Amino acid sequence: MPLSREQKKEMFWMMLLSRRLDERAWVLHRQGKIAFHISGIGQEAAQVGAVYAIEKGKDWLVPYYRDLAMVIAMGMSPSEFVRSLMGKAQEPTSGARQMPSHFSLHHAKVLSHSAPVATQSPHASGIGLGIKLDGGDEVVLTTIGEGSTSQGEWYEAVNFAAIHSLPVVFLVENNRYAISVPQEKQMAVSSAADKACGLGLPGIEVDGTDMFEVYDAVAEAVANARQGKGPSVIEAKMYRLTPHSSDDDDRSYRTREEVEEFKKQDPLIMMKNQFIEQGLMTEEEYNNLEDKAKKMVDEAVEEATKAPYPKGADAATPVYAEEVKND
Amino acid sequence: MTEITMIEAIRQAMDEELGRDERVFIIGEDVGVRGGVFRATQGLFEKYGEDRVIDSPLAELTIVGVGIGAAVYGKRPICEIQFADFIYPAFNQIVSEAAKMYYRSNGQWSVPMVIRAPYGGGIGGGLYHSQSVEAFFTQVPGLKVVIPSNPYDAKGLLKSAVRDPNPVLFFEPKKGYRLIKGEVPEDDQEYTVPIGPAKVTRPGQDLTVFAYGMMHHYALQAAETVASEGIDVEVVDLRTLYPVDRETILESVRKTSKALIVHEDNLTGGYGAEIAATIAEWGFMNLDAPVRRLAGPDVPAVPFSHPMQEWFMINPDKIAVAIRDLAAF
Repeated sequence: MPLSREQKKEMFWMMLLSRRLDERAWVLHRQGKIAFHISGIGQEAAQVGAVYAIEKGKDWLVPYYRDLAMVIAMGMSPSEFVRSLMGKAQEPTSGARQMPSHFSLHHAKVLSHSAPVATQSPHASGIGLGIKLDGGDEVVLTTIGEGSTSQGEWYEAVNFAAIHSLPVVFLVENNRYAISVPQEKQMAVSSAADKACGLGLPGIEVDGTDMFEVYDAVAEAVANARQGKGPSVIEAKMYRLTPHSSDDDDRSYRTREEVEEFKKQDPLIMMKNQFIEQGLMTEEEYNNLEDKAKKMVDEAVEEATKAPYPKGADAATPVYAEEVKND
Repeated sequence: MTEITMIEAIRQAMDEELGRDERVFIIGEDVGVRGGVFRATQGLFEKYGEDRVIDSPLAELTIVGVGIGAAVYGKRPICEIQFADFIYPAFNQIVSEAAKMYYRSNGQWSVPMVIRAPYGGGIGGGLYHSQSVEAFFTQVPGLKVVIPSNPYDAKGLLKSAVRDPNPVLFFEPKKGYRLIKGEVPEDDQEYTVPIGPAKVTRPGQDLTVFAYGMMHHYALQAAETVASEGIDVEVVDLRTLYPVDRETILESVRKTSKALIVHEDNLTGGYGAEIAATIAEWGFMNLDAPVRRLAGPDVPAVPFSHPMQEWFMINPDKIAVAIRDLAAF
């Protein structure tokens, strides 16, 4: 289904808003106002492109910790995100139990994930199994970094989904680094998509800085999954423009020249230029969006700053779901 | 009620739960057409079909990880790990994921699943078909750990585990699968055994033996042996190892003033340490003797050759010796 002009503009807005929010998180960290941030800067085009290919409220998202733009697009508000940065109560992902960016939104079928990488992949296959057993036509989109595809958990998850032809789309966000370790020390193939053929699936490689190329590839994979044609592995190539996290110093493992070179391919700037060139957006409209994003982020920080912390003893629960009912 | 084996009780529990709730399904290695290497799922594939009794790839992480996904989706998976010794590839999924999902999502996502695994030695299984793994999991909040010792409890506890909205590890004493028989209700929806409470299975006055699984069976035999010598032993079947039923443990110690804890898992850091600590912390003033533990020796696992296996394994005679020692204190 081709995207409407309005949808495209909305997608650009999601990229822009999450970028400005992500940047503010770095500032808050430098100001000593938050303890930790892990960033998705440089990955927004792929994230927004992919998440617009699933149906919100119907399909499932099993994300990983760089997917801020995805989760914003799925309905987490900027204020909610900043609360999670600050460890404030009424933070929707974990009640401030988890570190920031360990997302979960039950109402939007965004599953909670953890920090040991690739643990989420078998869950996506399990949800896919449930859908298939019930004869449903929902689809699961799950994401992962390229380094994490080194984990057995990822292979096992894709293998199981392939065996049972489950409706799961495995998207690899290849940002070229797993903290400091480059792709060539993670795999002997040039693309994580190449790993798919060993598991009986075609692997698809796309430009992760092009929101619409990612959208097209994921939309096709979602359509196939919905029709019972099974899972897909898609690798979107991009570049992690920031250090791994607020605790990392990327000068120790990559040159400034390299980073500067990739900044020329910043997906936000490239998408902005494309929108203006194609007449989807005027400079004035863009400036208005920037103002709107700044205002929303300012308000989010203000709201979150005022929000209360949880009480220490709130940590005592909830360990177990309600006790068994012998119905 | 008819008298059946442990393994038949476990099979019946799964059969009845599959019949009662269409969300329930089984996934594991060889659970389908083969009916399980111990025959725990015999006939269920034929009765419920390949969508309800799923032969997994030979990958324990897959069994548990996929089970977690299916559980958050809304299914009620029963995951079979063929031998407890093979559970370690799934350890990350059990401890990082299943146990923490509810807490880390502040109650948004629950993981109603059962992980069944046969455990324990004395069956010629050597290092990797004999292990007891409970201590790895009995310090993990978010999990429940259950070990039945007889067919009645095995069936009733497994039915409760399937209905429980939390991840339950269900370790089955495989030496007892066909050895231990008992009366069990059939096709009775109301019959379950609650997860949580321990049970005094033999009342006595002189000392208490705390045990579970196969060791509980042996503890009852040892208690019978020493009864003829005038030692009146109380036996407590712990049944649910986590969460711990501290009240039943302490109540028994208040009555007998002496405690012997028996398990076949290694001594050091084994589950008995938690029971001993519970008694030391809250029952110290009731004690007439130091708390004793009788457990597997601190070697990596149960050796294969029969004499070495018997050296490792706790048996009724060894328990009787420990009872006499403690009674004489």
